[in-house]
Amino acid sequence: MGAFSYTVRQAFSQIGRNKNMSSASIFSITAMLLVVGLFFSIMVNVNLMAKNAEDQFDTISVYLKDTVTAEQGMELAEQIKMIENVADAQYLSKDDAMAIMKERWGENGYLLDGVPSNPLPASVEVTAVALEDEDKIVQELNKFDAVDEVRFYRDAIEKVMTISGYIQKGALAIIIILLIVSLIVVANTVKLTVHAREEEIHIMKYVGATNWFVRGPFFVEGILIGLISSILAVVIVGFAYYKFTELFTPRFLILFNSGMVPFDFIIQNLIIIFVALGVCIGALGSILSMRRFLDA
Amino acid sequence: MIEFKGVTKKYGNNFAVKGLDFAIEDGEFVFIVGPSGAGKSTIIKLIMKEVDPDKGAIVIDGREVTRLPNRFIPEHRRKVGIVFQDCRLLPKKTAYENIKFAMDIVHASKRKIKRQVPKVLTLVGLEDKGNYYPHQLSAGEQQRVAIARALVNSPSVLIADEPTGNLDPETAWGIMEILERINEKGTTVLMVTHAKEIVNRMNKRVIDLRDGRIVRDEEEGAYKKDGRI
Ligand SMILES: Nc1ncnc2c1ncn2[C@@H]1O[C@H](COP(=O)(O)OP(=O)(O)OP(=O)(O)O)[C@@H](O)[C@H]1O
Ligand SMILES: [Mg+2]
Repeated sequence: MGAFSYTVRQAFSQIGRNKNMSSASIFSITAMLLVVGLFFSIMVNVNLMAKNAEDQFDTISVYLKDTVTAEQGMELAEQIKMIENVADAQYLSKDDAMAIMKERWGENGYLLDGVPSNPLPASVEVTAVALEDEDKIVQELNKFDAVDEVRFYRDAIEKVMTISGYIQKGALAIIIILLIVSLIVVANTVKLTVHAREEEIHIMKYVGATNWFVRGPFFVEGILIGLISSILAVVIVGFAYYKFTELFTPRFLILFNSGMVPFDFIIQNLIIIFVALGVCIGALGSILSMRRFLDA
Repeated sequence: MIEFKGVTKKYGNNFAVKGLDFAIEDGEFVFIVGPSGAGKSTIIKLIMKEVDPDKGAIVIDGREVTRLPNRFIPEHRRKVGIVFQDCRLLPKKTAYENIKFAMDIVHASKRKIKRQVPKVLTLVGLEDKGNYYPHQLSAGEQQRVAIARALVNSPSVLIADEPTGNLDPETAWGIMEILERINEKGTTVLMVTHAKEIVNRMNKRVIDLRDGRIVRDEEEGAYKKDGRI
């Protein structure tokens, strides 16, 4: 206990004595984590959109003009059933669409209660006998006057998948670069404090201090820097994402027929990712800078 | 007991010590003398296992230091107290804290620290100056703090590398008195020195080195052979 509290106290005083470099380290790790957080948020949202789209892979949504009545819509559905290769066609009113969306959203469905007037259009959901037939069916569907827009997810999914692939690769590259930069900055910070305490370390070794007694404070210093950075990053990303979902969820619904990944999910994951990354970088950085003290 | 058996240490092609053979019994007081570069400090580094010999064996208290796994080095060093010419005190710690520091390192209990630090401060005659910072102490007093620090964990051997090198003769004698008192209490003392006067008047064992070899090993010896000046 005595040794542990000595180590932690020493680590804090080292950070205090070396404010500039410590804040530089914290700044760079935080920046790195923010980028990780940004890409993480984008990734999970893109994935959710893709998944939502996939659920509707085999259906073609035929959105109807707002002027079309329920009766006209149901009649249209019957006509569509006649088209070659159509397996089924079901009319969905605006209210049905909203109910389905609420169900899909599960416990986050309450978010939809805030949407002023139902923005979802009425539609006919068409199922093809086989995927290959979709192109032809769509051509036929577009001929109806009542049809506002035909959404046809196969293309969309492919697009989303390619985009999310690019984002993933780009994010990975940027994160790796930032990771290395953070490591170097932490290693240099800790090296500075090692320098400042060289005399002390020498004496410690002569008096018979164990390696971990000597290294402990530097190790903890690195971990503390990582931890502080990850807390900062969690707060910043959490706040930003919260604000963003508040503002944009309704727009997402209309644009992508998909909600945003809930704040709770993002924040729980980011806490784990940030703390793990931050602490690892801190620990690794200090180990790198102490390599020459790792022997005798 | 410290035993060197045919110990050779090279730096590159340069022999720092060559085929050293000697034994120091518990409770002895030994001077190591010789010109600059003779290998005196190298002997200390070998005992502390700061460097390892290229050939030969060093046995301390029945344990071969050369073969000691790294994890036993701290334990080994705790058996040996060490003092340098430059006292190597931490400038931002008081005399008391400097000594306490050596006990923190070995995870000594608070109670033991409270008992032991004043005891060694008294032993070196600085019972009133525990709260002084190194810059508030004279060179001799700083060296006494360094000795107190070396002794606080009750080592069986005290090694001093030119402990009086920076001191005027009178202050140097003060240090020698302390070392002799410590030795009388049973601690083995090994002192490297260039101080002729001291060696000649103390009448202790002298190991004389030249170019990494022992040229003389005398009980009750002098700085130069046969007491010549
Ligand atoms: N780290 C080192 N690298 C290379 N050579 C070294 C090293 N340490 C010591 N030597 C060499 O080993 C020899 C013995 O050095 P040592 O320090 O033991 O001498 P010394 O007897 O203590 O001298 P002094 O009285 O000046 O302190 C010298 O020739 C020195 O140059
Ligand atoms: Mg020397």
